[in-house]
Amino acid sequence: MLWYVVRRLLATIPVVGLVALFVFSLLYLSPGDPAVVIAGDYASEADIARIRAGLGLDQPYLVRFGRWLGALAHGDLGVSIFTGLPVSTLIAQRIEPTVALTVCTLVVSVAFAVPLGVLAAARAGGWIDRAVMSVSVLGFSLPVFVLAYLLVGLFSVQLEWLPVQGYRNLAEGFGPFLKHLVLPSAALGIVYMALIARITRASMLDVLAQDYVRTAHAKGLSTPAVLTGHALKNAAVPIATIIGIGIALLIGGVVVTETVFAIPGIGRLTVDAILRRDYPIIQGVTLLFSGVYVLVNLLVDLSYTLFDPRIRY
Amino acid sequence: MTDTQAPAVLEPAPAPAAGGASASSRLLATLRRHPTAIAGAVVLAAMVIAAVLAPWLGTTDPLAVSPIRRLRPPGGEWWFGTDMLGRDVYSRVVYGARVSLAVGIAVALLSSVIGLTIGLVTGFLRWADAIVMRVMDGLMSIPSVLLAIALIALTKASLENVIVAITITEIPRVVRLVRGLVLTLREQPYVEAAVASGTRFVPILWRHILPNTLAPIIVQATYVCASAMITEAILSFIGAGTPPNIPSWGNIMAEARSLFQVAGYLVFFPGLFLAITVLSVNLLGDGMRDALDPRLARRM
Repeated sequence: MLWYVVRRLLATIPVVGLVALFVFSLLYLSPGDPAVVIAGDYASEADIARIRAGLGLDQPYLVRFGRWLGALAHGDLGVSIFTGLPVSTLIAQRIEPTVALTVCTLVVSVAFAVPLGVLAAARAGGWIDRAVMSVSVLGFSLPVFVLAYLLVGLFSVQLEWLPVQGYRNLAEGFGPFLKHLVLPSAALGIVYMALIARITRASMLDVLAQDYVRTAHAKGLSTPAVLTGHALKNAAVPIATIIGIGIALLIGGVVVTETVFAIPGIGRLTVDAILRRDYPIIQGVTLLFSGVYVLVNLLVDLSYTLFDPRIRY
Repeated sequence: MTDTQAPAVLEPAPAPAAGGASASSRLLATLRRHPTAIAGAVVLAAMVIAAVLAPWLGTTDPLAVSPIRRLRPPGGEWWFGTDMLGRDVYSRVVYGARVSLAVGIAVALLSSVIGLTIGLVTGFLRWADAIVMRVMDGLMSIPSVLLAIALIALTKASLENVIVAITITEIPRVVRLVRGLVLTLREQPYVEAAVASGTRFVPILWRHILPNTLAPIIVQATYVCASAMITEAILSFIGAGTPPNIPSWGNIMAEARSLFQVAGYLVFFPGLFLAITVLSVNLLGDGMRDALDPRLARRM
C-alpha cells in the first residue's frame, strides 16, 4: 500500500511538470513586457534594460523556467501586474468563498446524485429512472449561467426567498452564509449531479446483473440491504472516479457562478484578471486549480482500496 | 489520471461491426424508435437554417445602435425587445446562432480529425504512446474552461482563436477514446493476420482500424459539439470569447449582466436559444449512440 502511494505520487510528477511547463510558457509567451510596466511612463531605455536584467527577463527560456520553479517551491507565484500585490496574497484573500461554494456544491451534489442514480437503476425504466435521465440531459445542456439566471429570476426576483447575489462569510452567521450559497450551489451543481447520477445508474445496472446480487435476493435480504450493502459497494469505484473527474466541471463552473452571483472568490479574481490581461494571476489560478484537480484525483485513486479490498497495491 | 472518462464521453467499447449497409439501416431503425433524437435533429436543422438565412428572417443590422429606442420590452416591432444600446435583440440572437453553430461544428470536426490521427498513431506505435499520453494527461489535468481562458488570454479575442482554444481542450478526450479502441482492435485476429501477412502500417490503419473507430468517433463528435457550444458561451460570458462586434449568445448575456433585474428578456432569449440548441445536439447524440454503439446504449 505504502509502495503504491509512493509510485502513484511519482507518476503524477510528469503530469504536474507538464502543467507547470505549460503554465510557465503562458507567461513567457504573454504579450507585453513586465519591465516596461514596472518602470512606468517616464523610464529611459537604460532603466528598462536594468529592470529587465534585475528580474532575469533577459535570460533564456529554460533558465527562467528553472528560476520560476524555484520560486514556486517557496510558494511565490509572482506579482500581479495590475495591483502590484503578490499573486499568492491575492489568492489567499479570495480563497474562502470559493472553497465554501465548491465544498457545499460537492457535498450536496453527491448526497443527492448517488441515491437518485441508485433509485433509477433499481427501478430501471420506471418513472424515477425516466425523470433522472431526462433531468440529467437537461443538466448537460444548460450552461451554468443560464441556469443561474433562471434560478435567480424565480427564487430571488419573483418569490424573493433568497438573496439575488453576494456572499457572507461564516463569521457573519451561519444563516446568511447558507442563504447566499443555496442558489450558486444549485446552479453550479446541476451538471455535476447529472454526471454523477448517470454514472451511478450505469454502474449499478452492471452490478445488479451479477449473480451475487441474485443470490442476495434469493437468501431473503431486503431490497434496500441488497442495493446498499451489496450493489452500491461494488459499484463504488466508477462513481468515485467520476466524482473526481467531475471536479473539473465544478472548477470551470465556479468562475462563471461567481461572476453571476458577484461572489468575491477566485473565479471573480480570474475574470477580472482576464479583462485586465493580468497574466501572473491567470497563471497562478490555472496552476492552483490544476494542482487541486490532480491532487483530488490522486486521492480518488487511493480511495479505491477502501471500496474494493480486492484492489491491493 | 484514471481510465474512466469525463462527462458524456464514451468509454472505449469494442467497436461494433461497422458494415456500411447494416449500420446505416440500423441507424435509421433506431432513430425511428427515438422520437427525442428526431426532435433534436429537426430543431438543430431549423437552427442551422436560421443561422444561414439570418439576413432574410425579418432581422435588421444586429450592430445598428439606436439610443432613442433603448431597452424596449419584447413585443410589437421588436419581437425580443431592444438592448441598452437600442440594438434589436431578435436580430442579435438570430445572428448569434452563427457563432454557436460555427464554433460547435468546427471544434467537433477539428478535434475529431486531429484526435483521430494522434490516437491512431499512438495506439499503434508503442514508443510514441508513452510520450503522447503523458502530454494528454498533462493537458487534461488543466480544467478545460481554464485551459481555454489561458490560451485565449495569450491572443486577441477572435472567432478563430476561440475555435482553436476550445479544440485544444477537447483533443485529449478524443485521443483517449481512439487509443482505447485501437488497443483492443489491434489484438483482433484479422489485424494480427494482416500484420503477419506483411501488410504495411498505413494500409492496416486505413483499412482495418480506421473504419471500426468511426462509429464511436461520430457519437463522440456530437458530444464535443455540445460541449464546445457551452464552453464558447461561457468564454464569451466572462469576456474571454467572441469579441463584442460579433453578436454571440454568450456575449449578449454578458452585456445584459448588470441589467438582469430590469430587462430579464436580454438574458432570457439568448439563454433559451443556447439551451435548446445544446439540448437538441445532446438528444441527437444520445440517439446516435444507441444506434451505433449498442454496448454503451445498454449501459447509459
